[in-house]
Amino acid sequence: MGVEQKLGNMGIVTTKLEDLVNWSRTNAMWPMLFGLACCAIEMMAAQASQYDMSRFGMELMRASPRQSDLMIVAGRVSRKMAPVLRRLYDQMPEPKWVIAMGDCASCTGVFNNYSLVQGVDEVVPVDVYVAGCPPRPEALIHGVVTLYEKVKGEKFLDRVEQK
Amino acid sequence: MDTKLEPIVQALQDKFSTSLEEFRNEVHVFVNPADIIAALILLRDGYQFELLSAMTATDHWPQETPRFHVIYQLSSLARNTTIQLRVPVDGADPRIPTATGVYEVANWRERELKDMFGITPEGHPDPRILLLPEDWDEKHPLRKDFPLGYEEVQFTFNFEDIDLRKPYAKE
Repeated sequence: MGVEQKLGNMGIVTTKLEDLVNWSRTNAMWPMLFGLACCAIEMMAAQASQYDMSRFGMELMRASPRQSDLMIVAGRVSRKMAPVLRRLYDQMPEPKWVIAMGDCASCTGVFNNYSLVQGVDEVVPVDVYVAGCPPRPEALIHGVVTLYEKVKGEKFLDRVEQK
Repeated sequence: MDTKLEPIVQALQDKFSTSLEEFRNEVHVFVNPADIIAALILLRDGYQFELLSAMTATDHWPQETPRFHVIYQLSSLARNTTIQLRVPVDGADPRIPTATGVYEVANWRERELKDMFGITPEGHPDPRILLLPEDWDEKHPLRKDFPLGYEEVQFTFNFEDIDLRKPYAKE
């Protein structure tokens, strides 16, 4: 980022700035609606009132990739859907993260056949995998909190393209 | 055989000289592809089989003649009974006349058969691809000679190999 180059050796300033930026990213991370199959119901349950995800900053789910930071891939991805998934991922602006929710997104679960992509990490790079078939809403929230811990440890240079 | 079905099956046999197969209480009536539309119309109009509950096919590879049995499962709500018609179709260029004129629901069922088995419905009003992607250039998935397409099961001894060969997505 330009801040690193401009401030040069002022390490203390950039550390505090990184903390601030990561804190603000975790406190208002809006997921994109990408519920494909049964895990979508658990994602809706996690967003609803009993297991509220708004407590963790996910106030609402945006249907548009242009306005979201996080893509929760909830469900089976078929080979017909994989280019669509990749296109939506490419349309999300940086910084973006991906949670593979459930067994089918992590490793295709019980479906080992010709029509499903074997794990969504063949299509998009995944940050956190949440296991379960489907994972309970509490498990999804645990995955989200794990992602927040990962984001809090990020540095600016991680997101800069290596030339 | 159900006593209600006996006169119906007898009528089918008289008109179309079909053969029968029975399994427990089910009746499978074999019909030639040329007679299937007439048989469906007879059952729908004459014997109140209003519903085409299921339309599917079975593959009997490596036997080539006949290779597919196209199965029509008809239900009658008035008589509370079901009957199954089986149409044996050859393996080389499999075709059946379309049942869309008789039962509207056969529209999507025949498109699915065309995708999954390659059985062409002749005279179908909308012969597009239904389930498979448009750029699918492999053959028909539900045939017996289509590879299963599964990934090797991951244990600890082959975890590293699978990991190295898997096409992970970069940024």
